[in-house]
Amino acid sequence: MTQFTKDDVYYFAKFARLAMTDSEAESYASRLSDMIGFADALKEVDTENVGPMTHPLKLINVLREDIPTDRLDREEMLKSVKEHEAGMIKVPNIL
Amino acid sequence: MTLLTKTATELQSLLHKKEVSVKELTKESLTRIAKIDGDVQAFLTITDDEALARAEQLDNQPLEGRGPLFGLPIGLKDNIVTKDVVTTCGSKMLEDFVPVYDATVVEKLNAAGMVTVGKLNMDEFAMGSTTERSAFKQTHNPWNLKHVPGGSSGGPAAAVAAGEVPFALGSDTGGSVRQPAAFCGVVGMKPTYGRVSRFGLVAFASSLDQIGPITRNVEDNALLLSAIAGVDPKDSSTSPNEVPDFKAALTGDVKGLKIGVPKEYLSDGVAEEVKNAVKEALNVLVSLGAEWEEVTLPHVKYASPTYYVISSSEASSNLSRFDGIRYGYRPEDAKNLEELYLRSRSEGFGDEVKKRILYGTYALSADHHKDLYVKAQKVRALIAQDFANLFEKYDVIIGPSSATTAYEMGQLINNPLTLYANDVLTVPINLAGVPAISVPCGFADGLPIGLQIIGKHFDEATVYRVAHAYEQATDFHTSTPDIWEGK
Repeated sequence: MTQFTKDDVYYFAKFARLAMTDSEAESYASRLSDMIGFADALKEVDTENVGPMTHPLKLINVLREDIPTDRLDREEMLKSVKEHEAGMIKVPNIL
Repeated sequence: MTLLTKTATELQSLLHKKEVSVKELTKESLTRIAKIDGDVQAFLTITDDEALARAEQLDNQPLEGRGPLFGLPIGLKDNIVTKDVVTTCGSKMLEDFVPVYDATVVEKLNAAGMVTVGKLNMDEFAMGSTTERSAFKQTHNPWNLKHVPGGSSGGPAAAVAAGEVPFALGSDTGGSVRQPAAFCGVVGMKPTYGRVSRFGLVAFASSLDQIGPITRNVEDNALLLSAIAGVDPKDSSTSPNEVPDFKAALTGDVKGLKIGVPKEYLSDGVAEEVKNAVKEALNVLVSLGAEWEEVTLPHVKYASPTYYVISSSEASSNLSRFDGIRYGYRPEDAKNLEELYLRSRSEGFGDEVKKRILYGTYALSADHHKDLYVKAQKVRALIAQDFANLFEKYDVIIGPSSATTAYEMGQLINNPLTLYANDVLTVPINLAGVPAISVPCGFADGLPIGLQIIGKHFDEATVYRVAHAYEQATDFHTSTPDIWEGK
Protein backbone atom coordinates (compact mmCIF):
# COMPACT_ATOMS: atom_id res chain seq x y z
CA MET A 1 0.00 0.00 0.00
CA THR A 2 1.25 3.46 -0.89
CA GLN A 3 2.07 5.56 2.17
CA PHE A 4 1.24 9.22 1.96
CA THR A 5 3.69 11.33 3.97
CA LYS A 6 3.32 14.78 5.46
CA ASP A 7 5.64 16.06 2.72
CA ASP A 8 3.32 14.56 0.09
CA VAL A 9 0.41 16.38 1.68
CA TYR A 10 2.26 19.71 1.56
CA TYR A 11 3.35 19.03 -2.04
CA PHE A 12 -0.20 18.43 -3.31
CA ALA A 13 -1.74 21.08 -1.04
CA LYS A 14 0.43 23.66 -2.79
CA PHE A 15 -1.23 22.88 -6.14
CA ALA A 16 -4.68 23.01 -4.53
CA ARG A 17 -3.85 26.34 -2.78
CA LEU A 18 -4.52 24.90 0.66
CA ALA A 19 -2.53 25.88 3.73
CA MET A 20 -2.51 23.74 6.85
CA THR A 21 -0.92 23.22 10.23
CA ASP A 22 1.52 20.43 10.94
CA SER A 23 -1.06 18.36 12.81
CA GLU A 24 -3.60 18.79 10.00
CA ALA A 25 -0.99 17.61 7.47
CA GLU A 26 -0.29 14.60 9.65
CA SER A 27 -3.97 13.73 9.83
CA TYR A 28 -4.43 14.12 6.05
CA ALA A 29 -1.34 11.96 5.42
CA SER A 30 -2.87 9.09 7.31
CA ARG A 31 -6.35 9.50 5.83
CA LEU A 32 -5.08 9.92 2.27
CA SER A 33 -2.97 6.78 2.69
CA ASP A 34 -6.24 5.01 3.54
CA MET A 35 -7.93 6.46 0.44
CA ILE A 36 -5.09 5.35 -1.81
CA GLY A 37 -5.17 1.91 -0.20
CA PHE A 38 -8.92 1.82 -0.86
CA ALA A 39 -8.25 2.45 -4.57
CA ASP A 40 -5.63 -0.34 -4.70
CA ALA A 41 -8.46 -2.77 -5.50
CA LEU A 42 -8.73 -1.20 -8.96
CA LYS A 43 -5.30 -2.61 -9.89
CA GLU A 44 -6.71 -6.12 -10.08
CA VAL A 45 -9.27 -5.20 -12.76
CA ASP A 46 -8.23 -6.13 -16.28
CA THR A 47 -8.79 -2.98 -18.36
CA GLU A 48 -6.43 -3.97 -21.16
CA ASN A 49 -8.91 -3.37 -24.00
CA VAL A 50 -11.24 -0.93 -22.26
CA GLY A 51 -11.50 2.74 -23.16
CA PRO A 52 -11.99 5.33 -20.43
CA MET A 53 -15.59 6.45 -19.87
CA THR A 54 -15.44 10.21 -19.56
CA HIS A 55 -19.15 10.91 -19.57
CA PRO A 56 -22.43 8.98 -19.18
CA LEU A 57 -24.05 10.29 -22.36
CA LYS A 58 -22.79 10.05 -25.89
CA LEU A 59 -23.39 13.69 -26.74
CA ILE A 60 -20.91 15.12 -29.20
CA ASN A 61 -20.22 18.79 -29.93
CA VAL A 62 -23.35 20.37 -28.52
CA LEU A 63 -23.38 23.72 -30.30
CA ARG A 64 -25.61 26.76 -30.28
CA GLU A 65 -25.89 29.86 -32.41
CA ASP A 66 -23.35 32.48 -31.36
CA ILE A 67 -25.83 35.19 -30.46
CA PRO A 68 -24.94 37.56 -27.62
CA THR A 69 -27.65 37.97 -25.00
CA ASP A 70 -28.00 40.36 -22.08
CA ARG A 71 -28.51 37.85 -19.33
CA LEU A 72 -27.33 39.79 -16.29
CA ASP A 73 -26.26 43.37 -15.94
CA ARG A 74 -22.94 44.31 -14.45
CA GLU A 75 -24.34 45.88 -11.30
CA GLU A 76 -26.18 42.70 -10.53
CA MET A 77 -23.20 40.46 -11.19
CA LEU A 78 -21.06 42.54 -8.85
CA LYS A 79 -23.52 42.06 -5.97
CA SER A 80 -21.70 39.04 -4.59
CA VAL A 81 -18.22 40.52 -5.08
CA LYS A 82 -16.69 41.64 -1.78
CA GLU A 83 -14.60 44.52 -3.16
CA HIS A 84 -15.12 46.32 -6.44
CA GLU A 85 -14.65 49.76 -7.90
CA ALA A 86 -15.89 51.33 -11.14
CA GLY A 87 -17.25 47.99 -12.35
CA MET A 88 -14.01 46.14 -11.68
CA ILE A 89 -13.13 43.52 -9.07
CA LYS A 90 -10.45 44.57 -6.57
CA VAL A 91 -7.74 42.21 -5.38
CA PRO A 92 -4.76 42.83 -3.07
CA ASN A 93 -1.49 44.05 -4.59
CA ILE A 94 0.21 41.44 -6.71
CA LEU A 95 3.66 43.06 -6.73
CA MET B 1 -53.63 15.67 10.90
CA THR B 2 -52.08 18.14 8.51
CA LEU B 3 -53.24 19.00 5.02
CA LEU B 4 -49.72 18.13 3.89
CA THR B 5 -50.47 14.38 4.12
CA LYS B 6 -52.57 14.75 1.00
CA THR B 7 -51.18 14.09 -2.47
CA ALA B 8 -50.59 16.87 -4.97
CA THR B 9 -53.68 15.77 -6.89
CA GLU B 10 -55.86 15.90 -3.75
CA LEU B 11 -54.50 19.32 -2.78
CA GLN B 12 -55.12 20.60 -6.31
CA SER B 13 -58.72 19.51 -6.07
CA LEU B 14 -59.10 21.39 -2.75
CA LEU B 15 -57.56 24.51 -4.33
CA HIS B 16 -59.97 24.27 -7.27
CA LYS B 17 -62.97 23.88 -5.00
CA LYS B 18 -61.69 26.91 -3.02
CA GLU B 19 -61.74 24.79 0.13
CA VAL B 20 -58.18 25.89 0.76
CA SER B 21 -56.07 28.76 -0.61
CA VAL B 22 -52.43 28.79 -1.63
CA LYS B 23 -51.81 31.13 1.27
CA GLU B 24 -53.34 28.67 3.73
CA LEU B 25 -51.24 25.84 2.34
CA THR B 26 -48.09 27.97 2.55
CA LYS B 27 -48.96 28.95 6.13
CA GLU B 28 -49.54 25.32 7.02
CA SER B 29 -46.04 24.46 5.82
CA LEU B 30 -44.47 27.44 7.64
CA THR B 31 -46.38 26.64 10.83
CA ARG B 32 -45.19 23.05 10.76
CA ILE B 33 -41.61 24.19 10.16
CA ALA B 34 -41.90 26.55 13.17
CA LYS B 35 -43.29 23.73 15.30
CA ILE B 36 -41.09 20.81 14.26
CA ASP B 37 -37.85 22.13 12.82
CA GLY B 38 -36.40 23.02 16.21
CA ASP B 39 -36.06 19.27 16.69
CA VAL B 40 -35.34 18.14 13.13
CA GLN B 41 -33.09 21.05 12.04
CA ALA B 42 -33.67 20.46 8.33
CA PHE B 43 -33.84 24.10 7.22
CA LEU B 44 -30.92 26.52 6.84
CA THR B 45 -33.04 29.40 5.54
CA ILE B 46 -36.79 29.92 5.79
CA THR B 47 -38.17 32.34 3.20
CA ASP B 48 -41.47 32.97 4.96
CA ASP B 49 -42.09 36.57 3.83
CA GLU B 50 -41.29 35.84 0.17
CA ALA B 51 -43.35 32.64 0.27
CA LEU B 52 -46.44 34.34 1.73
CA ALA B 53 -46.22 37.23 -0.73
CA ARG B 54 -45.93 34.79 -3.61
CA ALA B 55 -48.83 32.71 -2.26
CA GLU B 56 -51.04 35.78 -2.26
CA GLN B 57 -50.13 36.51 -5.89
CA LEU B 58 -50.82 32.92 -6.89
CA ASP B 59 -54.23 32.94 -5.22
CA ASN B 60 -55.20 35.72 -7.62
CA GLN B 61 -54.38 33.67 -10.69
CA PRO B 62 -57.34 32.16 -12.55
CA LEU B 63 -58.12 28.46 -12.07
CA GLU B 64 -57.70 27.64 -15.74
CA GLY B 65 -54.12 27.10 -16.80
CA ARG B 66 -52.99 25.94 -13.36
CA GLY B 67 -50.78 22.85 -13.48
CA PRO B 68 -50.75 19.85 -11.12
CA LEU B 69 -48.21 21.42 -8.73
CA PHE B 70 -49.70 24.91 -8.64
CA GLY B 71 -49.58 26.58 -5.23
CA LEU B 72 -47.82 23.71 -3.47
CA PRO B 73 -44.91 24.33 -1.04
CA ILE B 74 -41.41 23.00 -1.73
CA GLY B 75 -38.00 23.12 -0.04
CA LEU B 76 -34.69 23.15 -1.91
CA LYS B 77 -31.33 21.65 -1.03
CA ASP B 78 -28.97 24.52 -0.37
CA ASN B 79 -26.73 23.78 -3.35
CA ILE B 80 -29.48 24.86 -5.77
CA VAL B 81 -29.02 28.56 -6.43
CA THR B 82 -31.92 30.91 -5.73
CA LYS B 83 -31.95 34.54 -6.82
CA ASP B 84 -31.68 36.92 -3.83
CA VAL B 85 -31.83 34.01 -1.34
CA VAL B 86 -28.59 32.95 0.35
CA THR B 87 -27.24 29.62 -1.01
CA THR B 88 -24.58 28.17 1.28
CA CYS B 89 -23.94 24.67 -0.04
CA GLY B 90 -23.54 23.76 3.65
CA SER B 91 -20.16 25.54 3.61
CA LYS B 92 -18.57 28.46 5.38
CA MET B 93 -17.13 29.23 1.94
CA LEU B 94 -20.60 30.32 0.73
CA GLU B 95 -22.05 31.39 4.09
CA ASP B 96 -23.15 34.80 2.76
CA PHE B 97 -23.40 34.00 -0.96
CA VAL B 98 -26.53 35.55 -2.47
CA PRO B 99 -26.93 34.33 -6.06
CA VAL B 100 -28.02 36.82 -8.71
CA TYR B 101 -29.90 34.25 -10.77
CA ASP B 102 -32.14 31.20 -10.35
CA ALA B 103 -31.14 27.66 -11.24
CA THR B 104 -33.06 26.31 -14.25
CA VAL B 105 -34.99 23.94 -11.95
CA VAL B 106 -36.05 26.93 -9.83
CA GLU B 107 -37.29 28.77 -12.94
CA LYS B 108 -39.28 25.65 -13.80
CA LEU B 109 -40.74 25.34 -10.29
CA ASN B 110 -41.75 29.00 -10.47
CA ALA B 111 -43.34 28.46 -13.87
CA ALA B 112 -45.26 25.50 -12.40
CA GLY B 113 -46.60 27.82 -9.68
CA MET B 114 -44.80 26.18 -6.75
CA VAL B 115 -43.96 28.13 -3.60
CA THR B 116 -40.41 27.81 -2.23
CA VAL B 117 -40.52 27.98 1.57
CA GLY B 118 -36.81 27.60 2.29
CA LYS B 119 -33.39 26.08 1.76
CA LEU B 120 -32.36 22.77 3.26
CA ASN B 121 -29.32 21.43 5.08
CA MET B 122 -26.72 19.20 3.45
CA ASP B 123 -23.20 17.88 3.84
CA GLU B 124 -20.73 20.57 2.78
CA PHE B 125 -20.58 20.67 -1.03
CA ALA B 126 -22.68 17.44 -0.98
CA MET B 127 -19.64 15.45 0.21
CA GLY B 128 -21.00 13.06 2.80
CA SER B 129 -23.76 10.59 3.53
CA THR B 130 -24.96 11.64 6.99
CA THR B 131 -25.43 15.48 6.79
CA GLU B 132 -23.02 15.63 9.76
CA ARG B 133 -20.59 17.43 7.42
CA SER B 134 -22.70 20.58 7.22
CA ALA B 135 -20.79 23.63 8.44
CA PHE B 136 -23.94 24.95 10.12
CA LYS B 137 -26.10 22.39 11.90
CA GLN B 138 -26.88 18.74 12.40
CA THR B 139 -30.12 17.50 10.90
CA HIS B 140 -31.88 14.74 12.84
CA ASN B 141 -33.78 11.77 11.47
CA PRO B 142 -37.51 12.42 12.13
CA TRP B 143 -38.04 8.71 12.93
CA ASN B 144 -35.46 8.81 15.71
CA LEU B 145 -33.76 12.09 16.54
CA LYS B 146 -30.62 10.29 17.75
CA HIS B 147 -30.02 9.00 14.23
CA VAL B 148 -28.74 10.72 11.10
CA PRO B 149 -31.11 11.49 8.21
CA GLY B 150 -28.54 10.20 5.70
CA GLY B 151 -26.94 12.47 3.17
CA SER B 152 -25.92 14.48 1.52
CA SER B 153 -29.58 15.56 0.94
CA GLY B 154 -30.39 14.95 4.62
CA GLY B 155 -32.24 18.26 5.00
CA PRO B 156 -34.61 17.65 2.06
CA ALA B 157 -35.38 14.04 3.09
CA ALA B 158 -35.91 14.94 6.76
CA ALA B 159 -38.14 17.93 5.90
CA VAL B 160 -40.42 15.75 3.75
CA ALA B 161 -40.44 12.92 6.32
CA ALA B 162 -41.38 15.35 9.10
CA GLY B 163 -44.24 16.74 7.03
CA GLU B 164 -42.71 20.23 6.93
CA VAL B 165 -43.00 20.28 3.13
CA PRO B 166 -44.62 17.74 0.80
CA PHE B 167 -41.94 18.32 -1.86
CA ALA B 168 -38.19 18.88 -1.92
CA LEU B 169 -35.38 18.83 -4.43
CA GLY B 170 -32.08 17.18 -3.56
CA SER B 171 -29.04 16.32 -5.62
CA ASP B 172 -27.50 12.89 -6.13
CA THR B 173 -23.84 12.41 -7.08
CA GLY B 174 -23.35 8.98 -5.50
CA GLY B 175 -26.64 8.28 -3.70
CA SER B 176 -27.34 11.61 -2.03
CA VAL B 177 -31.07 11.56 -2.87
CA ARG B 178 -31.78 7.82 -2.57
CA GLN B 179 -29.90 6.99 0.65
CA PRO B 180 -31.43 9.81 2.74
CA ALA B 181 -34.84 9.00 1.20
CA ALA B 182 -34.36 5.41 2.40
CA PHE B 183 -33.16 6.51 5.87
CA CYS B 184 -36.14 8.87 6.26
CA GLY B 185 -38.85 6.63 4.76
CA VAL B 186 -39.69 8.85 1.77
CA VAL B 187 -39.50 8.55 -2.04
CA GLY B 188 -36.34 9.83 -3.75
CA MET B 189 -35.51 9.67 -7.46
CA LYS B 190 -32.10 10.03 -9.13
CA PRO B 191 -33.05 10.68 -12.76
CA THR B 192 -30.97 9.61 -15.76
CA TYR B 193 -27.85 11.75 -16.12
CA GLY B 194 -28.84 14.55 -18.51
CA ARG B 195 -32.57 14.39 -17.73
CA VAL B 196 -32.54 17.47 -15.48
CA SER B 197 -30.53 20.64 -16.04
CA ARG B 198 -27.58 21.17 -13.70
CA PHE B 199 -27.48 24.90 -14.48
CA GLY B 200 -27.46 26.58 -11.08
CA LEU B 201 -26.57 23.42 -9.15
CA VAL B 202 -23.27 24.13 -7.39
CA ALA B 203 -20.99 21.60 -9.08
CA PHE B 204 -19.45 18.70 -7.16
CA ALA B 205 -18.65 16.03 -9.78
CA SER B 206 -19.99 17.12 -13.13
CA SER B 207 -20.16 13.72 -14.83
CA LEU B 208 -22.21 12.30 -11.92
CA ASP B 209 -24.32 15.13 -10.41
CA GLN B 210 -28.06 15.10 -10.99
CA ILE B 211 -30.92 16.94 -9.26
CA GLY B 212 -33.76 14.70 -8.06
CA PRO B 213 -37.20 14.99 -6.40
CA ILE B 214 -37.97 13.84 -2.83
CA THR B 215 -41.65 13.34 -1.93
CA ARG B 216 -43.95 11.23 0.28
CA ASN B 217 -45.36 9.17 -2.58
CA VAL B 218 -44.49 8.02 -6.09
CA GLU B 219 -47.17 10.00 -7.93
CA ASP B 220 -46.01 13.31 -6.43
CA ASN B 221 -42.46 12.36 -7.33
CA ALA B 222 -43.42 11.67 -10.96
CA LEU B 223 -45.23 15.02 -11.18
CA LEU B 224 -42.24 16.89 -9.79
CA LEU B 225 -39.78 15.21 -12.17
CA SER B 226 -42.06 16.04 -15.11
CA ALA B 227 -41.95 19.68 -14.00
CA ILE B 228 -38.15 19.98 -13.76
CA ALA B 229 -36.95 17.68 -16.58
CA GLY B 230 -35.98 18.58 -20.12
CA VAL B 231 -33.28 19.96 -22.37
CA ASP B 232 -31.75 23.28 -21.29
CA PRO B 233 -29.66 25.50 -23.57
CA LYS B 234 -27.76 26.59 -20.43
CA ASP B 235 -26.59 23.01 -19.71
CA SER B 236 -25.12 21.36 -22.79
CA SER B 237 -25.10 17.98 -21.04
CA THR B 238 -28.91 17.86 -20.88
CA SER B 239 -30.50 15.38 -23.25
CA PRO B 240 -32.72 16.45 -26.13
CA ASN B 241 -34.82 13.29 -25.53
CA GLU B 242 -38.50 14.04 -25.12
CA VAL B 243 -39.76 14.03 -21.51
CA PRO B 244 -42.71 11.62 -21.21
CA ASP B 245 -45.71 12.28 -18.97
CA PHE B 246 -44.43 10.32 -15.98
CA LYS B 247 -47.78 10.35 -14.20
CA ALA B 248 -49.38 8.64 -17.20
CA ALA B 249 -46.91 5.78 -16.70
CA LEU B 250 -48.44 4.90 -13.31
CA THR B 251 -50.76 2.21 -14.63
CA GLY B 252 -50.38 -0.21 -11.74
CA ASP B 253 -49.63 -2.96 -14.25
CA VAL B 254 -46.42 -4.97 -13.78
CA LYS B 255 -47.61 -8.23 -15.34
CA GLY B 256 -44.75 -9.96 -17.14
CA LEU B 257 -42.20 -7.43 -15.84
CA LYS B 258 -38.70 -8.92 -15.77
CA ILE B 259 -36.66 -8.04 -12.69
CA GLY B 260 -32.96 -8.73 -12.21
CA VAL B 261 -31.75 -8.96 -8.61
CA PRO B 262 -27.95 -8.71 -8.40
CA LYS B 263 -26.53 -11.15 -5.86
CA GLU B 264 -24.03 -8.42 -4.91
CA TYR B 265 -27.00 -6.37 -3.62
CA LEU B 266 -28.00 -9.11 -1.16
CA SER B 267 -24.49 -10.02 -0.05
CA ASP B 268 -23.08 -10.44 3.46
CA GLY B 269 -22.48 -6.72 3.84
CA VAL B 270 -26.23 -6.04 3.78
CA ALA B 271 -28.10 -6.21 7.10
CA GLU B 272 -30.40 -9.21 7.52
CA GLU B 273 -33.54 -7.12 8.13
CA VAL B 274 -32.81 -5.11 4.96
CA LYS B 275 -32.38 -8.27 2.89
CA ASN B 276 -35.63 -9.66 4.29
CA ALA B 277 -37.53 -6.46 3.48
CA VAL B 278 -36.24 -6.53 -0.12
CA LYS B 279 -37.19 -10.22 -0.52
CA GLU B 280 -40.64 -9.42 0.86
CA ALA B 281 -40.94 -6.59 -1.68
CA LEU B 282 -40.02 -8.99 -4.48
CA ASN B 283 -42.78 -11.32 -3.28
CA VAL B 284 -45.23 -8.44 -3.53
CA LEU B 285 -44.15 -7.69 -7.10
CA VAL B 286 -44.40 -11.39 -8.00
CA SER B 287 -47.94 -11.45 -6.60
CA LEU B 288 -48.68 -8.58 -9.00
CA GLY B 289 -47.43 -10.62 -11.97
CA ALA B 290 -43.73 -9.74 -12.20
CA GLU B 291 -40.90 -12.29 -12.36
CA TRP B 292 -37.43 -12.03 -10.86
CA GLU B 293 -34.12 -13.83 -11.27
CA GLU B 294 -30.80 -13.57 -9.51
CA VAL B 295 -28.19 -11.88 -11.70
CA THR B 296 -24.69 -10.53 -11.28
CA LEU B 297 -22.97 -7.17 -11.70
CA PRO B 298 -19.38 -8.51 -11.63
CA HIS B 299 -17.60 -5.14 -11.45
CA VAL B 300 -19.87 -3.50 -8.90
CA LYS B 301 -17.52 -4.38 -6.03
CA TYR B 302 -15.09 -1.85 -7.51
CA ALA B 303 -17.71 0.89 -7.68
CA SER B 304 -16.85 2.71 -4.43
CA PRO B 305 -13.10 3.16 -5.06
CA THR B 306 -13.91 4.06 -8.70
CA TYR B 307 -16.45 6.62 -7.53
CA TYR B 308 -14.11 8.23 -5.00
CA VAL B 309 -11.32 8.63 -7.57
CA ILE B 310 -13.60 10.11 -10.22
CA SER B 311 -15.75 12.29 -7.96
CA SER B 312 -12.75 13.67 -6.01
CA SER B 313 -10.87 14.41 -9.24
CA GLU B 314 -13.81 16.29 -10.71
CA ALA B 315 -14.38 18.06 -7.38
CA SER B 316 -10.76 19.23 -7.14
CA SER B 317 -11.19 20.83 -10.55
CA ASN B 318 -14.70 22.24 -9.93
CA LEU B 319 -13.84 23.70 -6.54
CA SER B 320 -10.82 25.57 -7.89
CA ARG B 321 -13.26 28.40 -8.72
CA PHE B 322 -13.49 29.29 -5.02
CA ASP B 323 -10.59 31.71 -4.81
CA GLY B 324 -12.05 34.44 -2.60
CA ILE B 325 -12.30 36.96 -5.42
CA ARG B 326 -15.63 36.91 -7.24
CA TYR B 327 -17.80 35.39 -4.50
CA GLY B 328 -17.56 33.38 -1.34
CA TYR B 329 -15.47 33.59 1.81
CA ARG B 330 -12.68 36.16 1.77
CA PRO B 331 -10.36 37.03 4.68
CA GLU B 332 -10.27 40.75 5.46
CA ASP B 333 -6.56 41.36 5.73
CA ALA B 334 -4.74 39.28 3.11
CA LYS B 335 -1.50 41.05 2.19
CA ASN B 336 -1.13 39.73 -1.33
CA LEU B 337 -2.99 37.69 -3.91
CA GLU B 338 -1.31 34.38 -3.06
CA GLU B 339 -2.23 34.80 0.61
CA LEU B 340 -5.78 35.70 -0.41
CA TYR B 341 -6.15 32.43 -2.39
CA LEU B 342 -4.57 30.33 0.34
CA ARG B 343 -6.48 31.79 3.24
CA SER B 344 -9.84 31.96 1.45
CA ARG B 345 -9.68 28.27 0.60
CA SER B 346 -8.07 27.03 3.81
CA GLU B 347 -10.43 28.96 6.09
CA GLY B 348 -13.53 28.59 3.86
CA PHE B 349 -13.51 24.84 3.14
CA GLY B 350 -14.16 22.20 5.81
CA ASP B 351 -12.05 19.16 6.59
CA GLU B 352 -13.76 16.56 4.38
CA VAL B 353 -13.87 18.91 1.38
CA LYS B 354 -10.15 19.63 1.72
CA LYS B 355 -9.42 15.93 1.94
CA ARG B 356 -11.32 15.23 -1.28
CA ILE B 357 -9.63 18.16 -3.05
CA LEU B 358 -6.24 16.78 -1.99
CA TYR B 359 -7.18 13.27 -3.12
CA GLY B 360 -8.41 14.56 -6.47
CA THR B 361 -5.32 16.71 -6.94
CA TYR B 362 -3.22 13.60 -6.31
CA ALA B 363 -5.32 11.43 -8.66
CA LEU B 364 -5.00 14.00 -11.47
CA SER B 365 -1.27 14.66 -10.99
CA ALA B 366 1.11 13.70 -13.79
CA ASP B 367 2.54 10.72 -11.92
CA HIS B 368 -0.77 9.18 -10.88
CA HIS B 369 -3.23 10.32 -13.54
CA LYS B 370 -2.95 7.12 -15.58
CA ASP B 371 -3.01 4.68 -12.66
CA LEU B 372 -5.80 6.35 -10.77
CA TYR B 373 -7.99 8.74 -12.77
CA VAL B 374 -7.88 7.05 -16.18
CA LYS B 375 -7.91 3.61 -14.55
CA ALA B 376 -11.07 4.54 -12.64
CA GLN B 377 -12.66 5.80 -15.86
CA LYS B 378 -11.94 2.44 -17.49
CA VAL B 379 -13.44 0.53 -14.57
CA ARG B 380 -16.41 2.90 -14.81
CA ALA B 381 -16.88 1.76 -18.43
CA LEU B 382 -16.96 -1.87 -17.24
CA ILE B 383 -19.51 -1.07 -14.53
CA ALA B 384 -21.72 0.73 -17.08
CA GLN B 385 -21.38 -2.27 -19.41
CA ASP B 386 -22.50 -4.63 -16.61
CA PHE B 387 -25.74 -2.64 -16.37
CA ALA B 388 -26.17 -2.48 -20.17
CA ASN B 389 -25.80 -6.27 -20.36
CA LEU B 390 -28.50 -6.85 -17.74
CA PHE B 391 -30.87 -4.35 -19.33
CA GLU B 392 -30.87 -6.39 -22.54
CA LYS B 393 -32.86 -9.00 -20.65
CA TYR B 394 -34.46 -7.25 -17.67
CA ASP B 395 -36.81 -4.25 -17.41
CA VAL B 396 -35.56 -3.13 -14.00
CA ILE B 397 -32.91 -4.11 -11.47
CA ILE B 398 -33.92 -4.21 -7.82
CA GLY B 399 -32.01 -4.22 -4.54
CA PRO B 400 -31.79 -2.27 -1.29
CA SER B 401 -31.02 1.49 -1.34
CA SER B 402 -28.73 1.17 1.64
CA ALA B 403 -27.08 -1.75 3.40
CA THR B 404 -28.45 -0.70 6.80
CA THR B 405 -31.01 1.62 8.35
CA ALA B 406 -29.94 5.09 9.55
CA TYR B 407 -26.78 5.19 11.69
CA GLU B 408 -26.65 6.77 15.10
CA MET B 409 -25.23 10.27 15.07
CA GLY B 410 -21.48 10.23 15.49
CA GLN B 411 -21.34 6.47 14.91
CA LEU B 412 -19.40 6.52 11.64
CA ILE B 413 -18.24 10.11 11.21
CA ASN B 414 -14.66 9.10 12.08
CA ASN B 415 -14.80 5.94 10.06
CA PRO B 416 -14.83 7.24 6.47
CA LEU B 417 -13.87 3.97 4.81
CA THR B 418 -16.92 2.23 6.28
CA LEU B 419 -19.09 5.11 5.07
CA TYR B 420 -17.50 4.96 1.61
CA ALA B 421 -17.93 1.18 1.42
CA ASN B 422 -21.61 1.60 2.34
CA ASP B 423 -22.06 3.66 -0.82
CA VAL B 424 -21.59 0.52 -2.93
CA LEU B 425 -25.34 0.10 -3.50
CA THR B 426 -25.89 3.63 -4.84
CA VAL B 427 -22.70 4.83 -6.57
CA PRO B 428 -22.77 2.30 -9.45
CA ILE B 429 -26.00 3.92 -10.66
CA ASN B 430 -24.34 7.35 -10.97
CA LEU B 431 -21.29 5.82 -12.64
CA ALA B 432 -23.56 4.15 -15.23
CA GLY B 433 -25.75 7.27 -15.52
CA VAL B 434 -29.01 5.31 -15.23
CA PRO B 435 -32.09 6.34 -13.19
CA ALA B 436 -33.02 4.81 -9.81
CA ILE B 437 -35.62 5.44 -7.15
CA SER B 438 -35.82 4.60 -3.45
CA VAL B 439 -39.26 3.77 -2.03
CA PRO B 440 -40.11 2.75 1.56
CA CYS B 441 -40.28 -1.06 1.97
CA GLY B 442 -40.28 -1.71 5.69
CA PHE B 443 -38.96 -0.83 9.13
CA ALA B 444 -36.38 -2.25 11.51
CA ASP B 445 -36.33 -0.99 15.11
CA GLY B 446 -38.57 1.88 14.08
CA LEU B 447 -36.24 3.04 11.30
CA PRO B 448 -37.27 2.92 7.61
CA ILE B 449 -35.79 0.63 4.94
CA GLY B 450 -35.60 1.67 1.27
CA LEU B 451 -36.13 -0.42 -1.86
CA GLN B 452 -34.04 0.67 -4.85
CA ILE B 453 -35.48 0.24 -8.36
CA ILE B 454 -32.99 0.88 -11.15
CA GLY B 455 -33.99 1.45 -14.79
CA LYS B 456 -32.57 1.82 -18.28
CA HIS B 457 -31.24 5.17 -19.49
CA PHE B 458 -34.18 7.59 -19.89
CA ASP B 459 -36.69 4.97 -18.78
CA GLU B 460 -37.80 6.65 -15.55
CA ALA B 461 -41.34 5.84 -16.71
CA THR B 462 -40.84 2.11 -16.05
CA VAL B 463 -39.08 2.82 -12.76
CA TYR B 464 -42.05 4.92 -11.63
CA ARG B 465 -44.56 2.33 -12.86
CA VAL B 466 -42.91 -0.43 -10.80
CA ALA B 467 -42.42 1.82 -7.75
CA HIS B 468 -46.05 2.95 -7.87
CA ALA B 469 -47.47 -0.57 -8.32
CA TYR B 470 -45.42 -1.71 -5.32
CA GLU B 471 -46.36 1.32 -3.23
CA GLN B 472 -50.08 0.91 -3.92
CA ALA B 473 -49.90 -2.74 -2.84
CA THR B 474 -48.24 -1.83 0.49
CA ASP B 475 -48.76 0.81 3.16
CA PHE B 476 -45.24 1.74 4.29
CA HIS B 477 -45.52 5.14 2.64
CA THR B 478 -48.55 6.04 4.76
CA SER B 479 -46.68 5.65 8.07
CA THR B 480 -45.56 8.85 9.74
CA PRO B 481 -43.00 9.36 12.52
CA ASP B 482 -44.22 10.33 16.01
CA ILE B 483 -42.78 13.81 15.56
CA TRP B 484 -45.31 14.30 12.76
CA GLU B 485 -47.95 15.51 15.21
CA GLY B 486 -45.47 17.71 17.05
CA LYS B 487 -44.13 17.42 20.58
